[in-house]
Amino acid sequence: MRQVRKEILPGVYLTCLQTDKFKTGLLSLNLLTPLRRETASQNALIPSVLRRGSAYHSDMNAIAARLDDLYGARIEPIARKMGEIQAVGFWADFADDAYLPGGAGTLLEDVTALVGELLLSPCMRGGLFLRQYVESEKEKLLEDIRARVNDKIAYSRFRLTELMCAAEDYAVDVLGTEDTAESIGYVALSKHYKTLLASSPIEILYCGSAEAVRVEAALKDALVTLPRGELDPDIGTDIRMNAVEDSIRYYTETMDVSQGKLVIGFRLGECMEEPDFAAIRVMNTVFGGGVTSKLFMNVREKLSLCYFAASAVDVMKGVMLVVSGIEQENYQKALSEIFRQLDAVRSGDISDDELASAKITLSSDLLGLSDSGGELEGFWLRQNLMGLEYGPDELAALVEDVTREDVIRVANSIECDMVYFMQGEEETGDEEN
Amino acid sequence: MKKTEYPAIGETLYTAVLPNGLPVYVVTKPGYRRSFAVYAANYGGADRRFTLAGEQKDTPAGVAHYLEHKMFDTPDGDALMKLSATGANPNAFTSEAMTAYHFECTGHFEENLRTLLSFVSVPYFTQASVDKEQGIIAQEIRMYEDAPDFVVYTNLMKCLFEHSPLRDSVAGTVESIREITPQVLYDCHKVFYHPSNMALCVVGDVDPEAVERIAREILTPEEAEIPGRDYGPAESAEPLERLCEARMEVSEPVFIIGGKLGAMAAGEEALRERITAGLALRCLCGRSSPFYLKNYDKGLLNATFGSDVDYAAGQGVVCFEGETSADPHDVFDALCAEIGRVSAEGFDPALFDRQKKASLGGRIRALGNFRSLAIGIVEGCFAGFQPLEAFRLMEEITCDDAAAWVREKLVPERLALSVIYPKEA
Repeated sequence: MRQVRKEILPGVYLTCLQTDKFKTGLLSLNLLTPLRRETASQNALIPSVLRRGSAYHSDMNAIAARLDDLYGARIEPIARKMGEIQAVGFWADFADDAYLPGGAGTLLEDVTALVGELLLSPCMRGGLFLRQYVESEKEKLLEDIRARVNDKIAYSRFRLTELMCAAEDYAVDVLGTEDTAESIGYVALSKHYKTLLASSPIEILYCGSAEAVRVEAALKDALVTLPRGELDPDIGTDIRMNAVEDSIRYYTETMDVSQGKLVIGFRLGECMEEPDFAAIRVMNTVFGGGVTSKLFMNVREKLSLCYFAASAVDVMKGVMLVVSGIEQENYQKALSEIFRQLDAVRSGDISDDELASAKITLSSDLLGLSDSGGELEGFWLRQNLMGLEYGPDELAALVEDVTREDVIRVANSIECDMVYFMQGEEETGDEEN
Repeated sequence: MKKTEYPAIGETLYTAVLPNGLPVYVVTKPGYRRSFAVYAANYGGADRRFTLAGEQKDTPAGVAHYLEHKMFDTPDGDALMKLSATGANPNAFTSEAMTAYHFECTGHFEENLRTLLSFVSVPYFTQASVDKEQGIIAQEIRMYEDAPDFVVYTNLMKCLFEHSPLRDSVAGTVESIREITPQVLYDCHKVFYHPSNMALCVVGDVDPEAVERIAREILTPEEAEIPGRDYGPAESAEPLERLCEARMEVSEPVFIIGGKLGAMAAGEEALRERITAGLALRCLCGRSSPFYLKNYDKGLLNATFGSDVDYAAGQGVVCFEGETSADPHDVFDALCAEIGRVSAEGFDPALFDRQKKASLGGRIRALGNFRSLAIGIVEGCFAGFQPLEAFRLMEEITCDDAAAWVREKLVPERLALSVIYPKEA
């Protein structure tokens, strides 16, 4: 795999991952902007409004017909939260020309041109978005925001983050809130779009069979009218090292569930001052990542308290979340077992097998990334946002070098900040037979 | 092994059938680091009543899934751990139609393949280990019960079917799994987990001959009787009930419209029917269809809307699902009206040609997903077709075929609606 990273226009960075083995080309274009309560909904809405119609393909019918002709290429609006950065834009994938009738064609150029057209030449009247497109997509955004509650596990994770980080931008959901979405008008949104376009650094990732020069040429053509103003300097993530209060905060919420959902939020702590990302990942895997982890082995396999209990870290923000679904009466039991397992890691009660399994699981996952365009895209976008230059293979090598002492050090740096529990509406208890 | 080249799509398939009846498939992927292997039994949640050597057996709902959980136990410990210790990513799933054990790895492939074939072949259950799993599976079932898309689907199946075991969800209920004993698990393993009733598929940069050699070494060479399954009396074309409504804590109505497609075709006809159905659904209600675009604009549909066909227990089922801020009955009526229009007028040939083109691109993209490729091949094996032949077969399918499929299979009076409404404030 050949990799090129280059600033192709002012503040526009292309990461090109070239390999002949994929039959799919992938292109993502991401405008980077600070994640803020006031603007999150507007930013998330813009790609969806742009996807409704351009100056040359003025409605979804025309866009759909064009994409069908490009052998079912997909161009989807996308909004992602990465630390306290909101990345919004388009995500495209398309079949590789070599396997289509007629052989080598110009699908890459055609798809890139359409992405550029959707981004830069929206269907406008008098310099403004069409009101009907904005209103229709706003309704769908509101539906999406309200629908967060439908998946109770994801919603519990969202609530913990919102409550634990209440005073931080990290609390903001990538779609914003109902209030901020409801207040969006098409005139203000049109203005915001122009500011966003001019002031956002842009990260573009490509993965597929084309050489970097071809991708760069296609992008320069597609983005020739991109306005560039002063780039927003305020893009990054504030890392809070310790818990908000001296003792753990507890929060219980009642909803219509038959199973309780437990989410525990931790700060990674002082290890984030000079973070050793390999050690943090190994610690997370030993504790709660996958089937060899302490949480899986003990909370599930040994005590049969749950079907899933897992931890995940966000290294951009320096937080770790543990999530599990349990019977409500087992709340205390599960909670103390999860803490007990973290204490075991802290005190170095880690067998050689546990450490070796965690390291090989992680390094194997990282080495396998080079087989998947989608996974490579996510990995490199994060690396670029964190200013890290090493690839998955190098990170895998770093993982191999992590020692038990490194894991213990990270575990001892971690601090619990909040425990969130979603419980059912009625006391379940033993029902009469 | 027999080698088949698919030059247009750049794929090579190796196949063999072992003396014990096991079909083996290998799709080679030069230059890739990951390999994916799946060893699956033609035995799923719906296979609850069966006959073997003339004797009829009835088993509780959820047995196939329970067995899947317990197969990882071996006299030498947990097979999950053994596979994970090499860096592999092992897992398993049970659907209505199959139980599949799989792993993905970037190293130690042959060692992992041996582990996979061994642990699936050798049952090892104790009363204590079976009891322990009750708590874990009960929590899995509770998790599903809190998921609106699971509940709305289960309710639909109860509307559609009168006798079929498809009425019950694959994992069973917290009550039904209490009836499961080690002996039940041993019996089901013995009947269904014989290589004659299974399939092995590997996708990756591997040596196909080595895959066949390892399978021959590890698995019994004997053939066995394939059990007969009983899915109950034939189902009528009409649903048992046409409407099921329930309430959960959701933001807006979640719905599925579904219908029975009748008995599943056999062999390559089954593949032809799936391709025809896929193209017909794209034209009827896909992202480029007049129906989707019009109703997206009207606010009746949003990007959650989708449609699919599925086949299990000898039956086909079609589903149209999504969330809507409007009334799901309006979606139902609009869909029925569109089916009526297409049944009378057919599809626009230009739309059909575009969907064929888009479908080809989608199928090429999907070749990079090892898991779906391997599981698709196993599904095809159990149904008697080879999914890679779809690239050839789809050429033959016409606009009239797609419209005829809608006319014959999607009769509005035979569709049912399942809805989860938000709780009243």
